[in-house]
Amino acid sequence: MIADLGIAFGRVVFVMMFVLNLGGLLTWVERKQSAIMQDRIGANRASILGLRLFGLFHPLADAIKMLTKEDFRPARADRFLFGLAPFVSVFFALVAFASIPFGDVLHVSGREIPLQAVTLNVGVLYVFAMLSLGVYGVMMAGWSSGNNFALLGGQRAAALMISAEIAIGASIIGVIMVYGSLDLQSIARAQGELLWGWIPKWGILTQPLAFVLFLTAGIASTKRIPFDTPEGESEIIGYFVEYSGMKFGMFAMADFLETVVVAGMTTALFLGGWQVPYLVAAGFHFPWGATLALPPLVVTLLQVGSFITKVVVMIFFLMLIRWTLPRFRYDQAMRLGWLGLFPLSIANIVLTGLVLLATRPA
Amino acid sequence: MNLAQRFYLREVLSGLGLTAGHFFRNMGRHIAHSLGRRDARGAVTIQYPEERRPLAPRLRSLHRLVRREDGSPRCVACMMCETVCPARCIYIVADEHPNPEIEKVPSRFDIDLGKCVFCGYCVEACPEDAIRMDTGILEFSSFSRGGMIYTKEALLALEPAGPDGRPASPVPIPADRRP
Repeated sequence: MIADLGIAFGRVVFVMMFVLNLGGLLTWVERKQSAIMQDRIGANRASILGLRLFGLFHPLADAIKMLTKEDFRPARADRFLFGLAPFVSVFFALVAFASIPFGDVLHVSGREIPLQAVTLNVGVLYVFAMLSLGVYGVMMAGWSSGNNFALLGGQRAAALMISAEIAIGASIIGVIMVYGSLDLQSIARAQGELLWGWIPKWGILTQPLAFVLFLTAGIASTKRIPFDTPEGESEIIGYFVEYSGMKFGMFAMADFLETVVVAGMTTALFLGGWQVPYLVAAGFHFPWGATLALPPLVVTLLQVGSFITKVVVMIFFLMLIRWTLPRFRYDQAMRLGWLGLFPLSIANIVLTGLVLLATRPA
Repeated sequence: MNLAQRFYLREVLSGLGLTAGHFFRNMGRHIAHSLGRRDARGAVTIQYPEERRPLAPRLRSLHRLVRREDGSPRCVACMMCETVCPARCIYIVADEHPNPEIEKVPSRFDIDLGKCVFCGYCVEACPEDAIRMDTGILEFSSFSRGGMIYTKEALLALEPAGPDGRPASPVPIPADRRP
């Protein structure tokens, strides 16, 4: 009983720490990666006792700065909702990662420990529900600020979110059809199968169109460039103009956490989740017949490491997009969502259905 | 826009290729630099307080008063620089020089650097080559307007910049910042 509780706690803490630390680290990654892409050096001045560590202390300095700033609330703001909005934003971004598996079931002394924070048989829907709920925080922030620009920003966020969510929902139906499950753990497990005996059946190979659509809509749901019409802090004024201090920081953090969630979701659905090619529970089984037996713990570590690597690579890619593309205008984003992503997702569903029908074992 | 461009995807991928290429090229150079290849630079940034850009030899930097062999100013207080100064930032009080062969000497020679526009006219106008702007000192700042006024003693103590363009004398500390 106590052990079960401890294991459950450990799983939750692991996922929580993973997402939170990665989210915090992303402020550093964002600065450094953009700097290196643009032939610059990037933030490197924050130091503790002369130790700089490539600017790794800057997230810490940011946190201290934001926590010690004045927490300003406009006179005409809705007191309760204004305070609640950033928490809603961060909370849903944080819990969304819960059902993404980071490893196969671990067998330790007769116990089965599923390596995900929460075992849900509707994991896919749960993640998208949480991601969609995050927009309530944004809308609340826009409305409760008592500022018309913030309200407009919140409305842009809502419109963008709806057009993106529909495309996300429609684009993954193909994945669900192929793997026949809504449970992220079984989707990840199904991606370990081999196509024609040698290609891992990852989602990116079975559903390439859905991958592009999902990634595009996923970036839109993180509200970052190129889909940052809700924010656009430097020129078009977004929903959090009236926020200062750590509340502002929480909105920024929610974006980073959503980036982590989208990266995790892409990994789980399209990049094989925790799968390492040709690695099964007993070790490596290569298609040319060679085998390499590994103890279960090593296999699990390899799987977790593979998952983390994939998420990090995905985050790198999302950051690359964020620092490459210019912002879509509002109407362009709407057009892309409703007239581009959504019809293509429907077409992908039909196409997937036809292919599944044609290749169905008689 | 043609169809391929309206699909965004190809253009997006070419853009990503460009930025990713920069990223990996610069990352490689950074790694080579940290592994000992000192000539490999992954960024064009100059890390300012530690690293400095080379200064052009004709750059107009902080003024200095040229000294005679005995250390007294070469200036004869002819007021040419004060007259030509478009910003009117030079203030000279003339005095009798002890040597009868030299007409005058400034008892005060103040430059208000808060007003100075660094046009270099004072250097051009000077008949005695007594004022120059070749110290290479660029970082003089103060917390007050009074601190921007540099006196004769401070200006006399300055040396010309070295051959590499670096300042040879320390930045004079304004009167209101002296401990």
